[in-house]
Amino acid sequence: MQEAPNGVTVPDLRQAGGRPPTAPEDLLRLEGIGVRLGGRQVLSDVSFSLGKGEFTGIIGPNGAGKTTLLRVILGLIEPSGGRVFVDKKSVGYVPQKLVIDPDMPLRARDVVSLGLDGHRLGFGFPSRQRRELVEATLADVGAAGYADTRVGELSGGEQQRVLIAHALISRPKLLLLDEPLANLDLRSEQEIVAVLGKLAREHGISVLLSAHDMNPLLGVMDRIVYVANGHAASGPTDEVVTSAGLTELYGHHVDVVRVHGRVLVVAGE
Amino acid sequence: MHYLFEPGLFSSGPVKTALLVGAIVAITSGVIGVFTVLRGQSFAGHSLADVATTGGSGAFLVGLNQFWGFLAAGIAAAALMEAIGVQRRRGRDVATGVVLGAALGAAALFLYLGTLQTATTGASFTVLFGSIFVISPDTVPALVASGVIALLVVAVLARVLLLTSVSPDLARARGVNVRLVGTAYLAALAVSVSLAAVAIGAVLSTALLIGPSATALRVTKSPARAMAASALAGLAATWIGIVLAYDSYYWPPHGHGWPVSFFVVALVLVGYLLSYVRPRKRQAPRSPHVEEGSPECSPA
Repeated sequence: MQEAPNGVTVPDLRQAGGRPPTAPEDLLRLEGIGVRLGGRQVLSDVSFSLGKGEFTGIIGPNGAGKTTLLRVILGLIEPSGGRVFVDKKSVGYVPQKLVIDPDMPLRARDVVSLGLDGHRLGFGFPSRQRRELVEATLADVGAAGYADTRVGELSGGEQQRVLIAHALISRPKLLLLDEPLANLDLRSEQEIVAVLGKLAREHGISVLLSAHDMNPLLGVMDRIVYVANGHAASGPTDEVVTSAGLTELYGHHVDVVRVHGRVLVVAGE
Repeated sequence: MHYLFEPGLFSSGPVKTALLVGAIVAITSGVIGVFTVLRGQSFAGHSLADVATTGGSGAFLVGLNQFWGFLAAGIAAAALMEAIGVQRRRGRDVATGVVLGAALGAAALFLYLGTLQTATTGASFTVLFGSIFVISPDTVPALVASGVIALLVVAVLARVLLLTSVSPDLARARGVNVRLVGTAYLAALAVSVSLAAVAIGAVLSTALLIGPSATALRVTKSPARAMAASALAGLAATWIGIVLAYDSYYWPPHGHGWPVSFFVVALVLVGYLLSYVRPRKRQAPRSPHVEEGSPECSPA
């Protein structure tokens, strides 16, 4: 075992053999992450890890720092303290939404194809292999039916599937999704959760997603990272989401109420 | 009796130059215009054209070829825009409006002073509305080279530009320097606007940038096809415009050809209107719930 050195470092694990030095089975590990943005402490002392095929939800109210946490893992924000262990090459990222007008000539298949080599210079030449891979990936997420539709014309749920396919085509071990259930109708929400659950169970892909409501995820989530008031608690959902635990996290009294298998977090007093 | 291809059309040196420069301008504007529209930067195109007007009129005042004025001012404006981040309409549009107004005011002064010197209004017309028939053959190699360089920049950045237009965060997460890419693209846009300013004038240059690409985006589905269609639409408008302008020498008032810019811009508009006449093939209205099926059973 290697002692973690003091100070702020975000080591690139490609140099460390692609594995965190202390826990070979973890795909992702955060140790005491703190983030300051614009002079304000947004997150303090956030630690959790994610193993192969695990489904973890980062849950918390709006503005709690869920997106910030994802951006730290992606390397888009430099943390002010703590360390992140992740092999960035093994991460597939699904942003919250597309910023594409309906009349832009980008088909679902074009977006997925960009997932393969969109960060490279030059323009990719079409090939049969590429086309087949794109179509297989679209089929994996149930989006084969609208491969040739402009992405701007797709519904929110359909766009989310295309973005998941975009991330999947580079064969990531870890999928990071920023609020994939935001602005979806209930049916699409269930379908996206089912697609992600299947990726974790059947393909062994670790899933880490942020959401402000934990209820759609209760059936598939292995672990929860509950973020509130700049701090985070992680573990199995039943252990983390308790009145006592969340009261401590929020810093004021909250009640956790379970109704018909659903969980409500209600501010007390 | 007059013909579409009037006698002497293809043996005229200025016409040959016009067709060559028109082609490089149309193709550059068409291809780069697709990215301009995709990235929501048509406002940047307009701003560059306004500042290019100042550069072109300044160059005319000191006796330089207008293209160098267009190019220098366009590149400088692109660098400034990148530095203060006004590429998008939403960003600081009031400040941008004031600066662009001042730039056009300076252009008015330069053109007025230039007119006093030469006692002719021809040059100010050339700066503002272009004159593809009086391009000096000396500048043709520079024009062609500029167009080719701008196209090469965009070809090298094509995939990254598309990825960035899908989601800048996605591109950043994959290690793309989004800002550097945006700057290089803006420089290519400045070159493209300068070329169009030479052909159809600084004021009208964005018509050739935005018009054919807007038409192409309506009738095509993939980025590659949009670029090809846009380049072809621009080329058609430019070449037909040149031919009609040559013919118009015999139209009233006799002995005075109409400006090429008028024909090119009118044809661009006709093309855009035609893209509405031809109904775009849309799939039958779909309900996401009926068609998608459950995630477990992938549609064929």
